[in-house]
Amino acid sequence: MAKLPKPEELAKVDYTLPKTGWMETPVVFKEGMFCHGSKPKSLELVGFPNPRDWRPADADWKLPENWKEILIKGIADRLKKYRSFQLFMDICVRCGACADKCHFFIGTGDPKNMPVLRAELIRSVYRKEFTLAGKILGKMAGARELTLDVLKEWWYYFYQCTECRRCSVFCPYGIDQAEITIIGRELLNELGLNIEWIAGPVSNCYMKGNHLGLEPHTIVGNLEYMLDDIETVTGKKIKPTFNRKGAEILFVTPSGDLFADPGTYTCMGYLMLFEELGLDYTWSTYASEGGNFGFFTTNEMGKRLNSKIYAEAKRLGVKWILGGECGHMWRVLSQYMDTWNGPADFLEVPKSPITGTVFNQAKSMKMVHVAEFTADLIKNNKLKLDPKRNDHLKVTWHDSCNTSRGMGLLEEPRYVLKNVVNHFYEMPEDTIREKTFCCGSGTGLNASEDMDLRMKGGFPRANAVKFVQEHYGVNMLANVCAIDRATLKALMEYWVPSVGVCGLHELVANALVMKGEKERTTDLRGEPLPSVEVKEEKA
Amino acid sequence: MKALSSFIVVLLLVLVAYMGVETANARFLFGVVFPYAAVAIFIGGMIFRILKWGSAPVPFRIPTTCGQQKSFPWIKHSKLENPSGVLGVMGRMALEVLLFRSLFRNLKTQMRDGGQLTYGEAKWLWAAGLAFHWSFLIILIRHLRFFTQQVPAAVQLVEGLDSFLQIGVPLLYMTDAILLGAVTYLFIRRISLPQVRYISLLSDYFPLFLIFGIALSGVLMRYFFKTNIVSVKILAMSLVSFNPEIPQGIDAIFYIHLFLLCTLFAYFPFSKLVHMAGVFMSPTRVLANTSRVKRHINPWNYPVHVHTYEEYENDFRAKMKDAGLPVEKE
Repeated sequence: MAKLPKPEELAKVDYTLPKTGWMETPVVFKEGMFCHGSKPKSLELVGFPNPRDWRPADADWKLPENWKEILIKGIADRLKKYRSFQLFMDICVRCGACADKCHFFIGTGDPKNMPVLRAELIRSVYRKEFTLAGKILGKMAGARELTLDVLKEWWYYFYQCTECRRCSVFCPYGIDQAEITIIGRELLNELGLNIEWIAGPVSNCYMKGNHLGLEPHTIVGNLEYMLDDIETVTGKKIKPTFNRKGAEILFVTPSGDLFADPGTYTCMGYLMLFEELGLDYTWSTYASEGGNFGFFTTNEMGKRLNSKIYAEAKRLGVKWILGGECGHMWRVLSQYMDTWNGPADFLEVPKSPITGTVFNQAKSMKMVHVAEFTADLIKNNKLKLDPKRNDHLKVTWHDSCNTSRGMGLLEEPRYVLKNVVNHFYEMPEDTIREKTFCCGSGTGLNASEDMDLRMKGGFPRANAVKFVQEHYGVNMLANVCAIDRATLKALMEYWVPSVGVCGLHELVANALVMKGEKERTTDLRGEPLPSVEVKEEKA
Repeated sequence: MKALSSFIVVLLLVLVAYMGVETANARFLFGVVFPYAAVAIFIGGMIFRILKWGSAPVPFRIPTTCGQQKSFPWIKHSKLENPSGVLGVMGRMALEVLLFRSLFRNLKTQMRDGGQLTYGEAKWLWAAGLAFHWSFLIILIRHLRFFTQQVPAAVQLVEGLDSFLQIGVPLLYMTDAILLGAVTYLFIRRISLPQVRYISLLSDYFPLFLIFGIALSGVLMRYFFKTNIVSVKILAMSLVSFNPEIPQGIDAIFYIHLFLLCTLFAYFPFSKLVHMAGVFMSPTRVLANTSRVKRHINPWNYPVHVHTYEEYENDFRAKMKDAGLPVEKE
């Protein structure tokens, strides 16, 4: 791996355009800008095509002989299956409004990272193969032949898009590059052109229930570590249950929360909150993944992985499902799950056993976001909160792409946040809510070998954090996304080192006054609480 | 280069119309055959296009939500930016189609010295786009006077409003000037912004020149060359009553105007201009955000291979028992 340049170097983005037109400018694979190719084993486990050892930087990708035929057939097939795809191939006017909205374009200056041009990569082939004008007029009509170079260009740039949908907010016709990338990646998948950082977690999730490949006993073990830490902080002994039949609620969260900090602190937050409520809920080791990397390969794989959630809810006989903090997980749950694997008619419309609130927003799909659940608790005064315990934190809020633009979960987490911290500062208006910037590492691009790409893609997000850090002394970036917790940490260390990253429920748990807890002297991270520091000074 | 080629193509079209009428005297061809053919291609082409889009299903409910979802009564729901039903979608689409809501959001992202990103207002594209489309529509409505024996009151009203400045004889229509100005702006923007120029295709310049040509020939005809309006109306009426005749006294400039328009109509269904119809079918805009409330059906949803709980337990039974986890089979 090439050494990552210094932030000052990376911030000097060159927006000069190549002298040659984009069709005449061949793709150059730059180190640090792409991920390792998928390993054969990962593809074999789930029955994906063309498993073999291959390296993206090699000239020979070991493609099947009829690769071109496969792709053209693949495009034809999807044009018939997705109105979005057919329409988005036809109606773009190239007004360019999307161009400087993409975090990868802003961070790299590479014109092929303008959403419009990323779409043209595939549109040009569409014109050649599927439109009369393209067939007759060729390049004059913006059409071009599908060649190996074009294929490589697809691969390089469809793995430089995080399907964040920010472009689609600004497009006058709602053209959504995420749809085009999703389909582009499906096509690449047909030739076995996946990346290992996605293919590995997919096969893990398929066989073991979660991306990280945590086996059942490891899940229990990891949670036990957290329970020990909770006991140290609060003096409370918590005993959650696993795979328990007859529980009222099944709780599903991204496996990232079980694995590494700061996700684990968020997970401790869930555990403490549910304990305090006396919630009748269970974890599952089978449906131990809320996220869905399958969604980043094919629609079908997304469905295969997602199926476990309803299946497990049915097996355990729960009434409804509560979901943890995650971004793309909620795009999939909110816009795909019920369609794929529903109807969930064996479940009841979710109802908070604490407040009696019926979550009508999830009437059919039967799954509630934990930020909705907690917001309702606070609104109904069911939690005793001491936000002063978070007084050492000046917090800003990162809206996840998917919960913002694929759901509209904007105010619920803010409401929770405002009730558990005293110091909350919004980032600039054009970088939050529906205009929020991606962490730069979504859709399975959060590997280590593509760190240049991640730091460049995350630059606009980091830049906005830096703004509130400089103006208000912000030192904590809160969010509801497991990928964010994993990736923003690296992003902050690189661009704004004084800012930490945490999940919403870590802050909730810090502020949560639990029945019979000992006097807390530290937060969940073991950092001394501000009130305690003051007391010591007085003594 | 692409801009120049488009310009030359439009010039050639003008020349074809001029020679066709003046040299070859093919007035029937240009005045009757081409208009009928163009309208037929336009209607047929658009129906084909829409049916093609319509025949592809919408497997998933994927609105781009641009505001707060409908969740609790105490959280203000953004009804237009994140609609929860048909009414909201109609409102959202009305804003989109009539006022270009999404384009109104446009921002200019800039990197300041010292690496600070700023997001400035960028409303010119929106303003020019809106001016262009509305002028075009009003001009189309005004032209209805040629196709109706009695000019409808609504058309007269539009004409009156459009010329209320009372400048010149004949009265200047504001939309004529606005259309030409807006098209000029859109062209200048396309060639002067490096990134937009970089993504532009020949098919992006061609409609601009074509529409500019149509507008300019129309303006020349109305304000300067003063073609015989009565004859033009006779021709227009004969066309709509399917009893075509070519009256005397219509100048070449009219045929140029008409021929460019015919080209636009015939070109329309095969070009990016289909966005006019496409926007009404865009899944990220026309769908309400109801996927959690009501199950959206994917017509091609099919059963898939899954790794069942039973298989999972078979893989891990011993480990599960050791960890104290309940199992289905001992």
